[in-house]
Parts: sequence; C-alpha cells; structure tokens
Amino acid sequence: MTTTTTTAIIQRRKTFSLAKLLLEGRAFLALLLIVVVFSLLSPNYLTLGNVLIMASHVAIYALLGMGMLMVILNGGIDLSVGSTLGFSAIIAGFLLQGVPINVFGVVLYPSVPVVVLLSCAVGALIGLVNGILVSRFNVAPFVATLGMLYVVRGLALLMTNGLTINDLAGDAELGNTGFEWLGFNRLLGIPVGVLIMIAVAIVLGFVLGRTRFGRWLYASGGNERAAELSGVPVKSVKVWVYVISGVCASIAGLILASTLTSASPTAGNTYELTAIAAVVIGGAALSGGRGNVRGTLLGAFVIGFLSDGLVIVGVSAYWQMVFMGAVIVVAVLLNTLQYGRRRKAPASSTPSRPDSASTTTDQNSAAPTVAAH
Amino acid sequence: MTGQENVGDVVLEARDIVKTYGGTRALRGVNFQVRRGTVTTLFGENGAGKSTLMKILSGVEQPTSGQIILDGAPVTFASTSEARDRGVSIIHQELSLAPNLSVRDNIFMGREITGPFGIDYAEEDRQTRALLDELQLPIEPDTLVADLRVGQQQIIEIARALSVNSRILIMDEPTSALAAAEVEVLFGIIRDLLSRGVAIVYISHHLEEALEVTDYAVVLRDGSMTAAGQRADIDLEWIVRNMVGDHFDLGSPPTGYDFGDTVLSIRDLTVVDRENPERAIVNRLDLDVRAGEIVCIYGLMGAGRTELLEAIAGKEPIAGGDVLVDGVSIAGWSIAQRIENGVGLVPEDRQRDGLVQTFDVGTNLTLASLGGSLSRGMISNRIEKKRARGLIQDVTVKTPGPEQAIGALSGGNQQKVVIGKIIATEPKVMLLDEPSRGIDIGAKGEVFRLLAERARKGLAVVYSTSEVGECFSIAHRILVMRRGRISAVFGPDATKDQIMAASGESAAA
Repeated sequence: MTTTTTTAIIQRRKTFSLAKLLLEGRAFLALLLIVVVFSLLSPNYLTLGNVLIMASHVAIYALLGMGMLMVILNGGIDLSVGSTLGFSAIIAGFLLQGVPINVFGVVLYPSVPVVVLLSCAVGALIGLVNGILVSRFNVAPFVATLGMLYVVRGLALLMTNGLTINDLAGDAELGNTGFEWLGFNRLLGIPVGVLIMIAVAIVLGFVLGRTRFGRWLYASGGNERAAELSGVPVKSVKVWVYVISGVCASIAGLILASTLTSASPTAGNTYELTAIAAVVIGGAALSGGRGNVRGTLLGAFVIGFLSDGLVIVGVSAYWQMVFMGAVIVVAVLLNTLQYGRRRKAPASSTPSRPDSASTTTDQNSAAPTVAAH
Repeated sequence: MTGQENVGDVVLEARDIVKTYGGTRALRGVNFQVRRGTVTTLFGENGAGKSTLMKILSGVEQPTSGQIILDGAPVTFASTSEARDRGVSIIHQELSLAPNLSVRDNIFMGREITGPFGIDYAEEDRQTRALLDELQLPIEPDTLVADLRVGQQQIIEIARALSVNSRILIMDEPTSALAAAEVEVLFGIIRDLLSRGVAIVYISHHLEEALEVTDYAVVLRDGSMTAAGQRADIDLEWIVRNMVGDHFDLGSPPTGYDFGDTVLSIRDLTVVDRENPERAIVNRLDLDVRAGEIVCIYGLMGAGRTELLEAIAGKEPIAGGDVLVDGVSIAGWSIAQRIENGVGLVPEDRQRDGLVQTFDVGTNLTLASLGGSLSRGMISNRIEKKRARGLIQDVTVKTPGPEQAIGALSGGNQQKVVIGKIIATEPKVMLLDEPSRGIDIGAKGEVFRLLAERARKGLAVVYSTSEVGECFSIAHRILVMRRGRISAVFGPDATKDQIMAASGESAAA
C-alpha cells in the first residue's frame, strides 16, 4: 500500500518536473519548432546567409526588447521606444547632413562616433523625461510613455517635414563617413548589429545578475514598498530603467537607419508592441520582478524568425498578423500558468498572498498589446 | 452570552475529515459539532489546519475523506455559493467587498433584485436599510464601501451573509483589523445573531479576545483535534497548552547586564496625517532608548505607534522635532542612510512591506545589506549564499535552504526572514511594528527570544504590540501610547489593567 503511494508520488513529481521543464523552456522550444517547421517548408530558410539576415532583423527587436525588459522588470511599461528609435535615427541623419551654425556662418559636420553618441544621448534624454514623469510626478507609466510616443514622433516629423533623410553616407572630405558600418559591415562574418545586440545582452545580463542595481531592480519590481524599506533607492532605479530603455531604442534606431541607408521619421512605428511581445514571450511578468535577458532574447528570436519565415514561405501579411497575435496570446497564457502555479504549492498554512492580484494584472496589462496587434 | 440552557441542536457536524495536499496531510480525521445559537471557536497555531477545515466547511475545498453533516444529512458543497445556498456563509480575513460600489450593491452583488425596468434599487435599498438597522449601523445604502472604516466594512459582510439567511456563519480572524471599540460592536452583533439562532464558527489568533465570545472551543494541532471543551471548563492556559503542547513560554526580559549609552533619542517628534495636516498622529513625543534596552509600545489602533516607528525609520515624513542616533540627527536622511547608520524597521505588514514575494529566502535576507555580498564591486553568489545560510541559522528560519521560495514558509518563518534582513544590516536600533501579528505562539516565543538575545549584545529594541500579554514577555520598559502621545510608562511589573486603562481601553474588556 505504502509503496504504491510512494511510487505514485514519485511518478507524479516526475511528470510534474517534465511539464515544468517544458513550461520554463517554452520560448526555446517555440524557437526550435519554428526553425524545424520552416526548414521543412523552405530549403532557403536554414541557410547561413538567411539566418544572419534574420538575426540582424532580430537585433532590432532584441535591443528594444532588452530595454523594455528593464522597464517591465520594474513593473512599468515604455510605449515610447518605437518613436525614440525613429527620432534618434533622424537626429543621426540631421547631424550627418551638417549643422549650420548661423552666428559664425559655418556648417559643423560631426564625425560618426560623435553622431552616434549624440543620438544615444537624445534617447537617454527621452528616457529621463519618462523616468522623471513616472517616478517624481507619479504619472502612470502607460500614460507618460504614451504621451512621449506622440511627442517624440511629432518632433521627428517636424524636423524633417515628414520626409525621409536618404543620404547618410557622409563625405570623405568632411570626415564623417562610415555610418553604414553599423548596419552593413560584418566582423568575423557576423553583422555588426548582431554583435552589438550580443554586447548589450552581455552588459545587461551582467547588470541584472551581478550588480546591486540589478538586485534593486528585481526587488522594486517584486515589491516596491518592501524594497524601499530595505533601503533600495526605488525612485532613482525607476528613472534609470527608462534611461536604459531610451538608449537601447536609440542604438536600435541607429542600426536600422544604417541598414536601410536612410532615416525615416516614421521608422519604428508600433515597434514598442513588438518589444513588449518579445519580453512577454521571454517569460517576463508584466507585473514586474520576473524575467531575464536570455528569455527576452529568445522572445525576439521567436518573433523575428517567425515573421521572416512566414515571409519566405509566402504567407500573406494579414495572416502574419494573425499568427503573431496568436503567439503572443499563447505566451501570456503560459506565463499565467507558470506564475499562477506557485500560489497553490504551499499546503494551507500560508496566509493570503498578493500573488493572486499580480496574476490578474498579468492578463489585464497584456490585453492592450494583443489588441493593438 | 448564551447559557447552557439555550444551547440548541447540532446544525453542522464534521466527521473524520481528512484532507491531503500531495503528500502532506493538512487534516487527519477531525470531528466537531456546531450548535445552533452558539459560538464554536477553532484554536490552533498557523498550519494547524484551521484554515483548511474552514475552507472545507464553506465549500472552497472538498475533503479527501470524511463527511460534513448538515441538519442530520450528509452534504457535499461543490462551491462557496452552494454552501451559501444551504445557509453556510464565510467571512474571510481579507474582506471580499468591492470598494468602488455602494453598500447596497455589495450586499446584493450577484443576486440583484430585478424588476421590469432592470434592477429594482428601491427594493434593494429597503432591504439594505432593514439589515443595517438590525445590525445598528446607521449608514445610507448608497454609501461607498471605500468610505467606510474596516470595522463597518466587516459589518457589511455580515449583513450580506444575513441577507441570504445564513444559519451558520464562519468568521476568520474578524477582529484582526479592528480597534477595540469596533471589536466590542462586533461582539455585540455576534451575541445578537446567537439569540436569533445563528451558529457561528469563530477563528482568531487573539486568544483572550476569542475566549470572550466562545461557547465551545476546539483546539487543533498539526491537523488533528487535540482537545475540545465548553467555555465553563476551559481557560486561556488550557487552550495554549493544547495548542502548543507542553512547552509554552514567551520569555521574560533579559537580565544580568547593564544598558549602554543612549542610542536613540526622539525629541518633540511630530508626525501629521497626510490627508489632514492639521491632525497630529504623533504629537510632540520624547523618547530615549539605551543600548541593550527593550522597549514595548502598547496602544490601540490609531494611537500612532506605526507612524512613530515609520518616522524613525524614514518611511513617514517628520513634521517637527528631531530623531537622533548616537547624538547625530537623522531627521532629514533617506531610508538607506538610516539603515547604514543602524536604524532598521520590521514593518507591521510583512506581505506588503516586508518581503519581496518574487525573491527566494536568501535574496530577501540580504536585500537590505547587499554591500556585504560584494566582491570587487559585484554581487558574489558564493558570498551571498554563505551569508544567507548564516542568517538562516542566526534567526532560526525553518527552511531547506536559501533557494526556497519565500511564499512556501509559514508566517512565523517569514517574519524571521524580515527580522533577519534587518539584523544583517548590523543595526544599533531595531524597530518592530507588531512583530507577532499573524504568527503562531511558538514562533512568537522564538521571535522574542531572538530579540532578547540581540539586546544582550547591545541592540536597542523598540517593538509595538496590541496584545497586552506581549508587553510583559521581554520588555524592560512598557510605554502606552494614546492619541499620539505617551500616556504612561511602566516597568515589567505592571498589570494588564493598568496598561489597558492608560491606553483608553476599558479594563473590563
């Protein structure tokens, strides 16, 4: 009698842990599934050339997604990243065209590194505004960054009168050539954009896992009140995550402009939603405190490899949207499953826990993403 | 209270109730009876099975084996609404009212009275008024629940249960958020309900308080029923003995050492109500605490204890006066700076303010002292795990290891984690706001022992409590707070009556 019960328990634990493994590795399994299915459908899918091309598309999503991850870990959301991406590309284009300084009657042509730094600084500034609105003035992140989405997009359109800047090549005589390096060149056969993505991932992974800032971020996302009472500077953590997100968006904007050899003021439209999707598919909780860089990277790969695969096998653009939406909904469902499960684990003694509330928030806050797609 | 002659028939009976979760047995064959017009109180530590039993009685969960007998016939409740239809209602510790709706809408939630023109508000209002009259709560049916005090909200919950003609009312920790005066009102209502033949199942950690209304006591320990008896045959000591077994000692103030210099000085401290800056919650209060001294602050809810402690810790802004640690003013400092300088707070609500639920035990323990886990500027996993294990031992947390999810611990162990987190910052002054709230008596004793042990090593401890009994456990000095001021100071030899009188509570309560 006892032995049967014991084996039953062991067996249950085994299936449970298998289910758990499947659940926790779901983004990876989804990616694997996508690769397998599309390689069967198209011989061109899994060629080195195509994978690298897809990876450079992924790099854009991943950079936005990693910035977004920082904000989401904090329990916020950054809807302005798509606009920031477009705006910083316009800033780069603007600077490469030369900055006329009327007082002196000269035109200033900053070199490419300076252009890159200034563009990133603009992204940081946008993030700073977001962060200050959210942390000092207690504006809801959704609203503050939605406002910035419009403001920044408007500024980009204003600066160019709605036109695209097509000449980003610079001039050898003026010493501002080389912008195409970001989007076109390869190091060791790998596109520079992908390498930048990897570098950012390593830096942010390190920040999250090994620094005090990372721990503070997870803590304030998990329970801001408790974090504050433990001496965590919750307000400055909050400002910083938006700054990081802004910088990530700027980097993505620069790479995209360089790849396309043009800076469009409408670039990156709705990319904030793709970024949120990458974070969610990567297993992060929209209520904050849970998620990591690896997951978000996988999420970005799932999105990039899926959408490119659908293009390659010739699925219509409308169906692509349907697929994308379905993937996001399933991802959120699985997230709920993973984080909902823990609530039931302890037998009886634990008094009420606020987890139940956070699970509902997961679903609620995921809704706009899905609807917008 | 209902006398012996009024004790009615058995309306609800639990027979051999067993409940297992996976491999754990939460209940191992519990038997007890609920009689008409009486209060049956369940006593037991956290994890003894009270909550599980209650969930089974109210239809939240089904027993693994055993029977529930309602009015002599076995029943199974598939859900709470089914139980409610049969006359069994539960009022949870966390109230389940929608604060954005009116009293009327809450009472009729899910079973609105409809007429030809939609909801018949006039009829609902009429019935609501009748219910509120019965419960002597003079408020209008269209008052928003959010505008009511917790005690009043509780009464609305009771009104809702009565509106469906509940004959058996299960109350889970109904007084945990109530002021003493509100408790009296609640007890009045309970007595009134009893006289109308309602049976009540009552659960509370406040033993003394629960004894006031108890007719029958049922004591649980580790999922088994250890004792049961009528009010006339039992007393506090009997309950505690059966709850915890033979060992029961909350401790006594640590002696045999001299206090050090004054560590914490509070001068003229004033904290005002954020909503109403005219009202001082802490009113020009002075206090000195010396190293090694343990000070207990007793007071009713709203006396300003929490605000006082939070102001010292930096959570609550100071409107006037000064706080000094080792003679240095910390009034304008951030929480982080105060922690750095040896002032740490263990907050009242550990779920809301004390723990990061997404963290494991180890990372919760080291959160306030991450500086100690650094190696060349980075958090070292090795150092951190080592520190976490040390802390787990120091504060005797019962856990398999630092990787354990914080939610898997019992209330008492979670509290020890919050205390351990502050101890890890090497404080000079430790502030604890109701450290024993919602934890069982065994854990209480351990927490107090822990504080006594630290005090011996020179830590100044200030803790607040709303249970008089706890004032005597370890405190060298007992302060009574009333309306933002210290109304009396006692030594450990004070009596309960003296303390309660100074707090504004009637000694008879």
